[in-house]
Amino acid sequence: MRLAEELAFAAQSLRAARSRTLLILLAMAIGIAGVTLLTWLGESGRRYVTDQFSALGTNLVIVLPGRTETTGGAPPLLGETARDLTLDDALALQRSDAVLRLAPIVAGSIAVTHGSREREAMVLGSTAELLAVRHLELGSGTFLPAGDPRRGGAECVLGQTLRHELFGNAPALGEWVRLADRRFRVTGVLASAGRSLGTDLDEMVVIPVAAAQALFDTEGLFRVLVEATDRDSVARATADCERILRDRHDGELDVTVITQEAVLSTFDGILRALTYAIAGIAAISLLVAGILIMNVMVIAVSQRRAEVGLLKALGAAAPTIRTLFLWESLLLALLGAGGGLVLAEVASRVAAAFVPELTAGTPGWAAAAAFGVALAIGVGFGTAPAVRAARLDPVAALARR
Amino acid sequence: MIELQGVQRVFRVGDQEVHALRDIDLSIAPGEYLSLMGPSGSGKSTLLNVLGLLDRPTAGRCRLFGRDIGDLDDEAQARVRRQSIGFVFQSFHLVPRLTTAQNVALPLVLAEVPRAERNERVRAQLAAFGLADRAEHRPDELSGGQRQRTAIARATIGRPQLLLADEPTGNLDRKTGADVVEVLEKLHDEGLTLIVVTHDPDLGRRAHRRLRMVDGRIVGDERAPGAHDAAR
Repeated sequence: MRLAEELAFAAQSLRAARSRTLLILLAMAIGIAGVTLLTWLGESGRRYVTDQFSALGTNLVIVLPGRTETTGGAPPLLGETARDLTLDDALALQRSDAVLRLAPIVAGSIAVTHGSREREAMVLGSTAELLAVRHLELGSGTFLPAGDPRRGGAECVLGQTLRHELFGNAPALGEWVRLADRRFRVTGVLASAGRSLGTDLDEMVVIPVAAAQALFDTEGLFRVLVEATDRDSVARATADCERILRDRHDGELDVTVITQEAVLSTFDGILRALTYAIAGIAAISLLVAGILIMNVMVIAVSQRRAEVGLLKALGAAAPTIRTLFLWESLLLALLGAGGGLVLAEVASRVAAAFVPELTAGTPGWAAAAAFGVALAIGVGFGTAPAVRAARLDPVAALARR
Repeated sequence: MIELQGVQRVFRVGDQEVHALRDIDLSIAPGEYLSLMGPSGSGKSTLLNVLGLLDRPTAGRCRLFGRDIGDLDDEAQARVRRQSIGFVFQSFHLVPRLTTAQNVALPLVLAEVPRAERNERVRAQLAAFGLADRAEHRPDELSGGQRQRTAIARATIGRPQLLLADEPTGNLDRKTGADVVEVLEKLHDEGLTLIVVTHDPDLGRRAHRRLRMVDGRIVGDERAPGAHDAAR
């Protein structure tokens, strides 16, 4: 039998059982659309997060106190840090020519009061460089003054939300706020930056690093953000940081230097794995669709025993019968997959119109994968019924029930 | 054309053996018109199925068109059925979702006859069987006689040498049955070898060779000018 005739014959069989065919196509379409949409959601999420990271600058090198060995042992917990990472350590890093600028950071939480209003806020002790290193934007006023970071001034810069909570609609610039027992003058307010990597910049207050050290009574830095001169010098900056700090710490490397890119690729990997996991769970619906196809083909074969017997009597060999039934299940799977892709494409575009963070349109490889999966389902779940049909004994199949 | 020697067909039903055919020796020449009669369960249909290559004998030799069918694999048997044998069934066995024209075209589709030639042959065949105006109707829109004529048109469109009919009039009233018999006999007149299994003595008497079967054995093989030959 010619291919075109086989397809026409299979298509006609499917048309004859219209409602059954439509229901199976629906099941298959929902399965494919589900997998495609969830994969697309995962992809969109991954792209959103990595874009956020990239916005921070891929030249960033982060120096943390304490050493996290990649081989063996538990990660260092509280108190395992041999030595503090001090402000002088941070400033020493400036000696490397691969380092463009850096911002030491002391972090802590403290009550911020203005008049009768009090808020618990995140305090970031840093230098003027922080603005450039973290790509922050000022809404109004000035940032921390440049100058010797060892001298803690009494300036502070507020996040948008915090400013609003403390001052309402009243002007904040030039006003005084109290952090614990110290007073700081508001010199600037940050532009609304939204959430970035889990820290809400809008609810923070930035003060000079030395003031923060005094406030929290600590020598040790929370971390040092180092910006390399360009992308190519990130590796050199990392090596320089480790070398300088080892020299300063009596030859012992007791800090951890990570690059923004390493963090980025780690997140990327995690989110990718998550996407695959979600897609895998959604793929169960495809398994169900496949079993439905198998079920409907088994019914079709038993309902059309006489037809199979007749085709054999007319001279169709077993392989022909098998091919005819296999085409039916393949058509069901492929047409269902096509419908599912259209459904997913429309749904993703509609969703993206409302949520701008989502990328519009499903990825191109989803279409290829869907058809591959449909092919596998059609053949995988269609073979057993088709083989059963091909094996029917024509005499028994033709005998009247 | 057909040569059977010591053909047996044994079915297993539970732990019992049922001998549907016992030691059948039979020789049929081209162009014969043969009727096969006997009580239910005497093996008539089994013999017809063996002759039509739908069933394989358990023992014995069976030569068809000069070839020993024991040597043929499934594919080769299917080819013989496609090219040389036509079947007509009591219950017509038309494919319900296909039109008359599509049902008649099936053997040509299986034989991969090109579409243009196929359409032409189907049109001619429908006209010859008086079904031209029923070409686009489905089987459930046809009368019993039209259905059986469609089935015969389908069985013969591939120009077989042998036509096997199993109770072709069994589901038809007397008048329609007579019409169908007339169609079959006309085909025989044109050179087709015709074998008819029937319960109907009147139909059986029309053949020029009449076999009687009982319990899987041929108990009568009568050659005489049949009613059909006499009428010619």
